[in-house]
Amino acid sequence: MQLGMDHLDALEAQSIYIFREAFARLKKLALLWSLGKDSNVMIWLARKAFFGHVPFPALHVDTGKKFPEMYAFRDRYGKEWDLDLRVEPCPPIDAVDPTLPPAARSAARKTEGLKTALTKYGFDGLIAGIRRDEEATRAKERVFSPRGTEGGWDVRDQPPEFWDQFNASPPSGAHLRIHPILQWTEADIWAYTKRENIPIIPLYLARDGKRYRSLGDSDITFPVTSNAASIDDILVELDGTKIPERAGRALDHETEDAFERLRVAGYL
Amino acid sequence: MNMIVPNIAPNAVHATPTGATRPQVRIVIVGHVDHGKSTLVGRLLHETGSLPDGKLEMLKAVSARRGMPFEWSFLLDALQTERDQGITIDTTQIRFRTRSRDVVLIDAPGHAEFLRNMITGASQADAAVLIIDALEGVRDQTRRHGYLLHLLGIKQVAVVVNKMDRVDFSEERFNAIRDEISAHLTGLGVVPTAVIPISARDGDGVAEHTARIGWYGGPTVVEALDALEPARPLDELALRLPVQAIYKFDDRRIVAGRIESGGLSAGDEIVIMPAGKIANIRSVEGWPAPLSGPHGAGRSVGITLDRELFLERGDVIAHVGAAPRDTRRIRARIFWLHETPLAAGASILLRLGNKETRATVVAIEKAVDPGELSSAETKAIARNHVGEIDISLAQPLAADPYADNPRTGRLVIEVQGRIAGGGLVLSVDAGQRAVPVDIVPVESALRPDERSARYRHNGAVIWLTGLPGSGKSTLARALERKLFSSGGSPILLDGDTLRAGLNGDLGFSTADRAENIRRLAEVATHLARNGHVAIVAAVSPSRDDRAAARRIADSAFREIYVATPAEVCESRDPKGHYAKARAGVLHGFTGIGNDYQPPETVELTLDTSARSVSDAADEIEQMLIKTGILFDELTDLAANI
Repeated sequence: MQLGMDHLDALEAQSIYIFREAFARLKKLALLWSLGKDSNVMIWLARKAFFGHVPFPALHVDTGKKFPEMYAFRDRYGKEWDLDLRVEPCPPIDAVDPTLPPAARSAARKTEGLKTALTKYGFDGLIAGIRRDEEATRAKERVFSPRGTEGGWDVRDQPPEFWDQFNASPPSGAHLRIHPILQWTEADIWAYTKRENIPIIPLYLARDGKRYRSLGDSDITFPVTSNAASIDDILVELDGTKIPERAGRALDHETEDAFERLRVAGYL
Repeated sequence: MNMIVPNIAPNAVHATPTGATRPQVRIVIVGHVDHGKSTLVGRLLHETGSLPDGKLEMLKAVSARRGMPFEWSFLLDALQTERDQGITIDTTQIRFRTRSRDVVLIDAPGHAEFLRNMITGASQADAAVLIIDALEGVRDQTRRHGYLLHLLGIKQVAVVVNKMDRVDFSEERFNAIRDEISAHLTGLGVVPTAVIPISARDGDGVAEHTARIGWYGGPTVVEALDALEPARPLDELALRLPVQAIYKFDDRRIVAGRIESGGLSAGDEIVIMPAGKIANIRSVEGWPAPLSGPHGAGRSVGITLDRELFLERGDVIAHVGAAPRDTRRIRARIFWLHETPLAAGASILLRLGNKETRATVVAIEKAVDPGELSSAETKAIARNHVGEIDISLAQPLAADPYADNPRTGRLVIEVQGRIAGGGLVLSVDAGQRAVPVDIVPVESALRPDERSARYRHNGAVIWLTGLPGSGKSTLARALERKLFSSGGSPILLDGDTLRAGLNGDLGFSTADRAENIRRLAEVATHLARNGHVAIVAAVSPSRDDRAAARRIADSAFREIYVATPAEVCESRDPKGHYAKARAGVLHGFTGIGNDYQPPETVELTLDTSARSVSDAADEIEQMLIKTGILFDELTDLAANI
């Protein structure tokens, strides 16, 4: 961190750098917009990187089971932020690996929806808002992460990545995942959201002693006990908690390796 | 004494509610496989109270279910595959706090097979902890990691001697290891900040001094981490703003990039390297509003200039009078990760900052396995080995020696679209004459791509070497006609013709012949840089002289050996030289004196006694297409439909 820059400035500058590298080196990018706090920060960073413009589509892979507040948010800010919004519906549950536990199977629909969008639009780079601190397997990610032609992640054969030099040449038929906020923590996201005054879905704030820390499908995402009614409250709460962020996401806890299996198959 | 503050979130927050920030240090833990890196990390997380609720209990339950004793390293081995193999295969980042620092801990694998992951992890660190098994002592991977820390530019290294319980906490054993590793690291220019005896499994020396290491008076691991410094400020160095892109989303033409060092403000006079064009910064753009300066290292910025200049991704913006060197030649110390060893002559893709250029490895020196105590030098740099290389670049770029600027003084090498190695720039323009300060070369008004678009070829030096009478001049003339007929710009430089004028002062001594070749190469290279194809037909008998010509022309050089048998050449004798030499009236004549040194590696070999002139010219044309001099019409067409 350098003179006159605080921690958030440094994270912002690094993310902007990654966005610009992706835009310079790939031909057909899309930003995965899940409508959650992380991907909203990503869109904000993209507008900073490209001086108010988002020069690639925002792709929402829609399970059809999001909270109504999330759809309202998408429809409003898709227009207000002048996004090239592409909505890709997911296939029915029968199309998904029946050996996965129920919540994981449901989430795996998104993987199928994503593959359909990849084929339809021919994207060679997908910008995704995952963070290293969310979950152990995500900690192993590269910033530019090659995927196989089936979208799979080969964690055993990741190329070296150092000095902000990225591997940006996916083999033909494959694509890259680009992770501009990999280094951010949950607290960074909230502190930046507050500083920049980025709009959020109200479900993140406590109502009747409950709030959502992470938003997924409405049937497999559960609120945590909390009285944090503002972003300041959330930051105080995070400073004292030992409960993992994704505790309310059923799919992470069904079996020891369910999340890892999903990721190898192309889940984010 | 425990210096840990009670902690905190699963992944400690460093943006605090008040917005206050603490120094953040990024630390990598490296060392030989099985010397206990993951165990130390697991123990550190526990000692600092950084584990999420239930994580320890969950892992203990999983271990019990699998019938395995619990290990601290399980905390990190979150992946199924890792538990199966029992080795860390990738870097994992963990955050926690000491009293005065936010620490990001990077656990890097020790297994030799995963060196690329160790480098990926370590390259992000400000400091390192090198771990050594007290029983096994310093091993090859210990030395290799030590060497790589030096190559990655990491100067702060704390050493921990782990598993002291396995050597009965012997002070003698500890001292022996301490002395050996200190000598090794010091030899690389890295002075260890501390050498600490610990047992990661039992906790001795990690956060607390225990009676079992009562003889040790230095810091614990946590105290040592607390004393490490964040990366040194880059603001104090000269401005380096590599150009990432030029954007025209609206009526502004914005030059975007990250300030790697130094700082800038609107109004500054800047120079764009390597071209050396000068302009002023008109504004520093931003969103939602333009930014007021000054802006320091680390910022991703966008600037507009006061005049429309041609500039492109990879250029470097600097202040006038403090610019980086422009060069087509770099000497670097590198580590190599690809399975195919890097050898002299290899064609590579080089990335330095945002610049990407094709390049050729001209020479390799000091290639060694840094894991060995005293390793033999090899001709090629094998996987996981290091060496010094001279690189000749297809395009000029702006660079600094690493010692002057760590950000613009490092590079990576790509093979088949994948990063295969990286290293530090030792010097630029190695082996080339420095231009005296009072000579200011004038740049052409035309860019190379403007010329090549017209000629349908890049500039080149086609060097025909061979015995007198071998057919060099005939071939050169046929090639000249052929290139000209298809719209190109060939220029013939015949050795004898130039001796009549430019080189009229030179005789046939070894030194004069060398100077003759140097002048030919300089003239030909000047033509090539301006987009022409210079066809040189010269006996050029000395291998060294031809190597010198190749160095001057760099990647534009294409050597063709006209290997017509000597008896055929003598029977042709187009200029009557063989006859005169045989008669003893022509001295120093190459052909009958055995002083011609045939090339060992050339782009093409042709025997004109076995084929027609037009066949041979066709073959040269094919070689020029294959090696990227002539544009292949089909590929070109395909790229534009």
